[in-house]
Amino acid sequence: MALDAKTPDGPLKDKWSNYKAKTKLVNPANRKKIDIIVVGAGLSGGGAAASLSEMGYNVKVFFFQDTARRSHSVAAQGGVNAAKNYRNDGDNVYRMFYDTVKGGDFRSRESNVHRMAECSVELIDHMVAQGVPFGREYSGYLSNRSFGGVLVSRTFYARGQTGQQLLLATYQAMMKQVKKGNLKQFNRHEMLDLVMIDGKARGIIARNLVTGEVERHAAHAVVLGTGGFGKIYYLSTLAMNSNGSATWRAHKKGAYFANPSWTQIHPTALPQAGDHQSKLTLMSESLRNDGRIWVPKRKDDDRLPGDIPAEDRDYYLERRYPAFGNLVPRDVASRAAKERMDAGFGVGSMKNAVYLDFKTAIARLGIDTIKERYGNLFTMYRKITGIDAYKEPMKISPAAHFSMGGLWVDYELQTTIPGLFAVGEANFADHGANRLGANSLLQASVDGNFVLPNTIPNYLSDEIRTGAISTDHPEFAKAEKDVIAQVQKLLDIKGTMPVDNIHRRLGKVMFAEVAMSRNEKGLIWAIEEIKSLKKEFWSNVAVPGDSNGPNSELEKAGRLADYLEIAQLMAKDALDRKESCGAHFREEYQTEDGEAVRNDEEFMYSAAWEWTDGSDWKLHKEELDFKDIKVAVRSYK
Amino acid sequence: MKIHLKIWRQDNANTPGKMVAYDLDNLSPDMSFLEMLDYLNEQLAAKGERTVEFDHDCREGICGQCALIINGQAHGPEDHYTTCQTHLRTFKDGETIFVEPFRAKAFPVLRDLKVDRGSFDRIIQAGGYISAMTGMAPEANSIPIHHNISESAFDSAACIGCGACVATCKNSSAALFTSAKISHLVKLPQGEVERQERVIMMVNQHDDEGFGSCTHTGACAVACPQEVSLDNIARMNYEYNRALCEIDS
Ligand SMILES: Cc1cc2nc3c(=O)[nH]c(=O)nc-3n(C[C@H](O)[C@H](O)[C@H](O)COP(=O)(O)OP(=O)(O)OC[C@H]3O[C@@H](n4cnc5c(N)ncnc54)[C@H](O)[C@@H]3O)c2cc1C
Ligand code: FES
Repeated sequence: MALDAKTPDGPLKDKWSNYKAKTKLVNPANRKKIDIIVVGAGLSGGGAAASLSEMGYNVKVFFFQDTARRSHSVAAQGGVNAAKNYRNDGDNVYRMFYDTVKGGDFRSRESNVHRMAECSVELIDHMVAQGVPFGREYSGYLSNRSFGGVLVSRTFYARGQTGQQLLLATYQAMMKQVKKGNLKQFNRHEMLDLVMIDGKARGIIARNLVTGEVERHAAHAVVLGTGGFGKIYYLSTLAMNSNGSATWRAHKKGAYFANPSWTQIHPTALPQAGDHQSKLTLMSESLRNDGRIWVPKRKDDDRLPGDIPAEDRDYYLERRYPAFGNLVPRDVASRAAKERMDAGFGVGSMKNAVYLDFKTAIARLGIDTIKERYGNLFTMYRKITGIDAYKEPMKISPAAHFSMGGLWVDYELQTTIPGLFAVGEANFADHGANRLGANSLLQASVDGNFVLPNTIPNYLSDEIRTGAISTDHPEFAKAEKDVIAQVQKLLDIKGTMPVDNIHRRLGKVMFAEVAMSRNEKGLIWAIEEIKSLKKEFWSNVAVPGDSNGPNSELEKAGRLADYLEIAQLMAKDALDRKESCGAHFREEYQTEDGEAVRNDEEFMYSAAWEWTDGSDWKLHKEELDFKDIKVAVRSYK
Repeated sequence: MKIHLKIWRQDNANTPGKMVAYDLDNLSPDMSFLEMLDYLNEQLAAKGERTVEFDHDCREGICGQCALIINGQAHGPEDHYTTCQTHLRTFKDGETIFVEPFRAKAFPVLRDLKVDRGSFDRIIQAGGYISAMTGMAPEANSIPIHHNISESAFDSAACIGCGACVATCKNSSAALFTSAKISHLVKLPQGEVERQERVIMMVNQHDDEGFGSCTHTGACAVACPQEVSLDNIARMNYEYNRALCEIDS
């Protein structure tokens, strides 16, 4: 199938308004005849569920947590971007579009990015109206901070808990619709398959994680807002139960998966402290506004950080990138940290960290200002490490964080399966090869609240005469049978290797070879390792218990089974792209001083992979065309 | 280090549960409490035994999904911590630790250490929102809000909905949870319009769910990971009485 992005005609700045003016709509009286399934209750899925049910559609929302208020969007700390230009510092929609396309290293779709920047303005209005207590100036007006990769202050924040506050507003909007009966929620439910009838997405098979029952749910359209799959690295900043299964199973039913290998490695997470470690806590990028990153100039300098004088410190970001300094984009900051650590300058007992130091900022601004800006992050740091970061520098380290890749979607956020839409981190759309900080809460919220409610009617307007979809259709029976068989297969292995053990080893392979820096030899090796882990998994994984009640090991095993396949595609994608762009740094393609070398001649495309029956994938290219921005070498020097 | 665990095991809400002993060795003080349970579960899984079910997700103190009573205290011995932030360095080598689910009539046990906190959702459904549907909002800076009021609204809004307040309270009251949302919304000008209905509906729902009344012992605020203050409860009572008076008159 050829890829059609369905980008509307007209000048970039008018595309979205032209689209909205001409798209087909569904009459309010007909909306009650339409059922929509939303999988995911984070900012993207939750926003979609709330907005679509407010419009009058019958919506069902599924998520695996016990309540929608816990979806992983809750963990986002630093902020959300919007082109409000409240600082009068030259910001506008075009500049935000420009920064995002440049930050993504010219590998995103112009029209989508511009739309995200446009919608950012109304998103802040919406969230304030819902009661989000954003940071404010003493004048009572909204405050902003600045984030990596840009020269303006456009980030809105609610202390270090911005994601939590946005998600709670979204959750509350959902709860209101639940009470009104427009929205039905299915908590502790996991989608295990997509049901297709006559080539269209018509429902899902979900497992009730309390009773173990496998259930059929039908709808006229299915929306996936299931988040990122960064937990594939085992150690990551994601929540323990985040997974790639919903999108992956949709992929196996025909949805193309785009740019799977583009994973953002965040430069400021807590370093691993030992083998027992289960996750790496993020320290928000906003800290780089006031914190300075350094390592000792001398290897194995065993003095305490406070005893190392300025002349013996290497502020390597300020040294290498004087224009942006500590605020270079994440991929650049992570790679620079890796370079120092690989060269033997890492600090901490495992030599796997660098310092993030607030001494200068505390001297300049006073400790109270630092407390107000980042208090909860410093508290979090102390709770986890036992160290007071007001007194000594934080130790930080790069960690897997965000999936730029995901299901391929067109301008309407529809996947290659008619009737299947993907929103938020689950799709691949707006961030190109590297996401800018605070753009992802934005994308997730905007997709759910402002984009999808305007694009999905174009599809649904043809469904008003379809009538209710029956779950008695043989396709439901077949999909349900397959799901039950897979669950049983996992239980029947009765091996001795715990799921987490295999997952940890997969994570090690992925972090070593399919993360910050990649090369052909390593990727080929990784593919073989993944295959052998997959073999070991299917012959010796230990999944005790049964499927008639809560069984976390069974849930984890199902997710790992999918990760083992996703990993293979990630490595393949990375191997295939013979250039360095954004987070994808191929060692073979770099300048003498270690900067990335893009190859626009051959690789100016998004790679959308089609599943071809388990043995391999077929590549489809969406060529990227930049009409409104001059394609240039991305430089932060 | 070594730890002796006594863990509550229960198949489901309708079967009786009991404490089961497990001994663990080779633990590191840097391990989190939940990483210790992971370690135990890996050993159980390798032997083909059913693992210990417990809730958790973000493991950084913000999602509110983790919920254990550790040695009789919600989220363990440290004030204002979540279970996932609790590390073994808080315990002594060789210590015996009792691990139970959050206990309250309104939090039925699902299995082992997992409980159902759907009652919290229903309290929010009763009125814990501002009815600004997508598309309705005015320009964000059109209503200035004093910095201190906004910060104070944040202090209330910070609640993570974990339920430690209920699990700690001798009356199993969810007053701190309910009042935090009421206060967050009433402090903001945007929340003004629905002020009366909100407090009445939410307080009534709180009572209908089987949560107890608040007798101002204050244990909840000590356990609360987000340090949500008792002032919220005072504000809720004030708002509730005010709403009743206004409706009467
Ligand atoms: C620690 C951290 C900090 C961050 N900080 C920032 C920041 O400051 N600014 C910023 O812009 N971005 C930030 N991000 C990124 C941003 O938070 C996420 O990209 C965004 O919130 C994703 O939202 P979402 O709705 O797509 O997915 P999520 O919020 O992850 O929601 C996924 C939903 O899908 C459900 N789900 C998943 N699989 C299934 C299944 N199989 N069946 C049923 N349900 C399923 C889950 O239950 C959940 O409800 C951060 C990310 C992390 C990890
Ligand atoms: S697991 Fe999220 S708060 Fe503990």
